Amino acid sequence: MKRDTLISANNVSVHYPINGGKLLGPKPVVRAVENVTLNITKGSFFGLVGESGSGKTTLGRAMLKAAPITNGIVNFNDGEVNYSLSNMSSKELKDYRTRSQLIFQDPYAALSPRMTVRDIIAEPLEIMKLTSSREETDRRVREIAAKCRLNLEHLRRFPHAFSGGQRQRISIARALVSEPKFVVADESVAALDVSIQADVLNLLKEIQQEMGLTFLFISHDLSVVAHICDHVAVMYFGRLVETAPTRELFNNPCHPYTKALLSAIPSLDPDAKNLAQKLEGEIPSPTNPPPGCKFQTRCPHAIDICRRDEPQLESVGVEHNVACHRWQELM
Amino acid sequence: MTRLLDVENLTLDFDTDEGRITAVDDVSFSLEAGEIMGLVGESGSGKSVTAKALMKLNASNAIYGQNTKISLNLADGPVDIMSLRTAQELQIVRGGAISMIFQEPMASFAPAITIGAQMVEQLLIHTSMSALKAQEVSIEMLNRVGISDASTRFKQYAFELSGGMRQRAMIAMALSTNPKLLIADEPTTALDVTIQAQVIDLMKDLVKDFGMGIVFITHDLGVIAQTADTVAVMYLGRVVEKGPVRQVIGNPSHPYTQGLIKALPRLDDLDSPLTPIPGDIPSPLERPNGCVFNTRCSQFLGSQCSGEIPKFTPISHDHMVACHIYQQDQKGT
Repeated sequence: MKRDTLISANNVSVHYPINGGKLLGPKPVVRAVENVTLNITKGSFFGLVGESGSGKTTLGRAMLKAAPITNGIVNFNDGEVNYSLSNMSSKELKDYRTRSQLIFQDPYAALSPRMTVRDIIAEPLEIMKLTSSREETDRRVREIAAKCRLNLEHLRRFPHAFSGGQRQRISIARALVSEPKFVVADESVAALDVSIQADVLNLLKEIQQEMGLTFLFISHDLSVVAHICDHVAVMYFGRLVETAPTRELFNNPCHPYTKALLSAIPSLDPDAKNLAQKLEGEIPSPTNPPPGCKFQTRCPHAIDICRRDEPQLESVGVEHNVACHRWQELM
Repeated sequence: MTRLLDVENLTLDFDTDEGRITAVDDVSFSLEAGEIMGLVGESGSGKSVTAKALMKLNASNAIYGQNTKISLNLADGPVDIMSLRTAQELQIVRGGAISMIFQEPMASFAPAITIGAQMVEQLLIHTSMSALKAQEVSIEMLNRVGISDASTRFKQYAFELSGGMRQRAMIAMALSTNPKLLIADEPTTALDVTIQAQVIDLMKDLVKDFGMGIVFITHDLGVIAQTADTVAVMYLGRVVEKGPVRQVIGNPSHPYTQGLIKALPRLDDLDSPLTPIPGDIPSPLERPNGCVFNTRCSQFLGSQCSGEIPKFTPISHDHMVACHIYQQDQKGT
């Protein structure tokens, strides 16, 4: 583990048991996340991209210890504490909950309609007993609300009185009130309109820099990730297929899946020609994974070795890794 | 090309418990056969309500304006949609001359009836086909939209298909009655980008083959740029800018359209900052007077904008914008 790493995953797998299989045989599992290794540097905005079913949410939750880690090690070290997530006491877990937080996708579902905004934001402080008096709680609620551009008037109201963008700012305030070190934002702008989305993205970036937070930003939208993240990891079928600093990934994508994903984004230019090949087919069923490289069923460049052996991540450049047998030939 | 659809002065109010709200306000547009028209706007802009009005599919508390005129030109003469009253009369357009595909294909298929039975049912209602012929046509349509092993899929239920496949089946179902007009309400929003690209290609092919018109509703300007021929940008129930897609996206002229494009994260320019449009979309109960965008506009001119509804001014041939900035220019020259 490098010194400036806040949280790292080493060969992390998350398997869920499913029904079926033989009576006495091994219980079949869905491998939602398989052998993922990544390091998130302190103070960085780390993007995790993939389509539905790629395991990005499960990986994010495993790093919060909100999903069971089947194999591998997740290590959290913020300079004050050093935890291995799969092996911690309940006291340590409680402490970890104050240091890590999650911002959800849907601001309409995430806020209780029967609590005032003040109570919603104050709840984490009260549950985690982080403040000693009501005055202190109120002061911290007001501070974080101001950072999230909510005014005192807003704190007395109920969530129904707010628009989508405002609600997402309330969710952000609630996640950040306990002053966490590590925040997972799971599709946090996906439900918002474009004109509002930009506002929330700018706010996240501002607060991240101001409070020195480390973000894991999960999204299916590559153009959003390109604008806000410094480092990006691309997932497919529970595996990391490519990781790189943002610019490097967008200027020099090496994995055929990353290339296809980039070319599939509809351009604003009606005359734009998509040079890269369009992908056929869909992500395979998780109960019936293909042998070899998991992308081979859709990859236009798949050859025998791809159908036989699963590629491992290898270094392409500085901090740029790709899991593909043929990346060099395809450059 | 022949004119397929004419919408004039479409105004639509809803009577609600909280009062009367205006969902669509004086919207006019037209569509040629074989053309895709994009209807873009954010949530609450009235784009879905506008599309549903084409089949009078809005809830019973909808009140259409007196001057509203929607006419659909079919082979045997124009149909005045506003004059259709009974369910029987409306069946000419609903599922017949006009088909609709929705955003969430899982919610649009009945979960306990096979895909095939649902496709056959509508053919029996809208055409004079026999059940056997209807089955043949349905399987052929499933094939046509790129569903492999169509005769097996025909017997399956919606939950057995993946998201992309369900949307293809939805398109097959919508097209099997051979409609003249297809309304697609956010058909790719729930899909992954790689699947979205497949569905967009499919829809472009189908327009060519079937020669129908499509009203394509989306919030995604990129999708519009890749699919539509013309586009109308809606905000709070009004069209603020319309014209050929190249001109509207290449030379956005209404401050709202400009704002939308600036707020969009773009891959071709990672350095440009994201500029949000300030403020929130006002509640439909508090629609601003004058120009509906005046409360958030960066180029607000004063009493004119907050008092007077701007008229459409041509920027170039066919490219129209409803904004006082351009009306002033015209008066000046």
